[in-house]
Amino acid sequence: MNFNATLIGQSITFIFFVWFCMKYVWPPIMSALETRKKQIADGLAAADRGKHELELAAKKAGDNMREAKATAAEVIVQAEKRAAQMVEEAKTAAREEGERQLAAAQANIAQETNRARETLREQVAALAVAGAEKILRREVNAQTHADLLGQLKAEL
Amino acid sequence: MATEYASSGEYIKHHLQNLTYGELPAGYQRHDGEVLNQATLTFAHGAEEAKAMGFWAINVDSMAFSIGLGLLFLFLFRLAAKKATVGVPSGLQNFVEWVIEFIDNSVRGSFSHKNPLVAPLALTVFMWVFLMNLMDLVPVDWLPLLGSMAGLPYLKVVPSTDPNVTFGLSLSIFFLVLFYSVKMKGAGGFFSELAFQPFPKFMFPVNLLLEGVGLIAKPISLALRLFGNMYAGEMIFILIALMFGGSWIMALFGGALQWAWAVFHILIITLQAFIFMTLTIVYLDMAHAEHH
Repeated sequence: MNFNATLIGQSITFIFFVWFCMKYVWPPIMSALETRKKQIADGLAAADRGKHELELAAKKAGDNMREAKATAAEVIVQAEKRAAQMVEEAKTAAREEGERQLAAAQANIAQETNRARETLREQVAALAVAGAEKILRREVNAQTHADLLGQLKAEL
Repeated sequence: MATEYASSGEYIKHHLQNLTYGELPAGYQRHDGEVLNQATLTFAHGAEEAKAMGFWAINVDSMAFSIGLGLLFLFLFRLAAKKATVGVPSGLQNFVEWVIEFIDNSVRGSFSHKNPLVAPLALTVFMWVFLMNLMDLVPVDWLPLLGSMAGLPYLKVVPSTDPNVTFGLSLSIFFLVLFYSVKMKGAGGFFSELAFQPFPKFMFPVNLLLEGVGLIAKPISLALRLFGNMYAGEMIFILIALMFGGSWIMALFGGALQWAWAVFHILIITLQAFIFMTLTIVYLDMAHAEHH
């Protein structure tokens, strides 16, 4: 073993290398590593968050679906109710119309009956007058006996 | 390849000699018998000349390979750092991030205080030591052969088999430990930690001795462990390489051995780099820790 100035040269070289490494090598690589670590952590956190949000969304979708079903059922019930109501209304209207037409027909019949009765009465009156003329064999002045004839007509 | 050398001993010595550049004093007799009439700056031929150069010489091969490998590490990691994206990483960035996460986990596991220096320090220690150790897997004769073609008398390619390199690292770390000990505990706190435990206060000379030895042992053991492991590994590679000079059966056997040792050495290389890094972190953690 033979010591010489190489010892000092080595020490100086070593110090320079350590200084260079500390200044220009270690920090950039370390910072890249740290940043990547952070990015990965962030990514994982984001994935977790996404998963959570997906669960929430699925739950919300289920809720919406149930609500929609409920609404649909309600709508159907209402529609059925409305349909029943409409049928009812139609029935009522038909019945009313029928009754109205019946009433009109009855009124018509009554009118016709009255008219027929009137005609009949006039004809009977005329017949009665003709019969009385024949019995009396004389002229009956219609004008003189108009009140008599009217009375008769009313009694028939 | 050992045939180029006079003896196996020569071969081994040659492979364990650094390419040292320094000044030989005037009047020194060189290996080839030449006597220098004035102080000369030159490459050392052999361990004796390297020793004669004294402290102010430099192992050019250790410096060149360690700096080259360190720059390779910084270049690759800087490239990845520049292009670092938050998105999906690819290729180089993937590898760099893997290493950095591994270091970061080790630091988090062993270092319980806040200090922005420790993790980059650990990364540098680990990658640099690992790359220096990795040179051990290059067959021992390749680069020295290229070097000798280029006119370099010696070339030791594994910087971590040079104690100068491992001590350079461990002493720097030791000074950091001292600095943070004083910074976190105060000079008095650090001193009382050394002097007033584990025995009662009146026995402070004993305490000081015990704790002082413990403190000094840290950088020495750190450096020697790495150096010893790599030196021994290198030595075995050299011994195996000696077999290539024998008969073809020996050469074949040597090839198989070299492959097996290289495979096993992958573990040692990584393990030593990891141990060096972990102990660095632990020592710095102890420097930050308040006792009692």
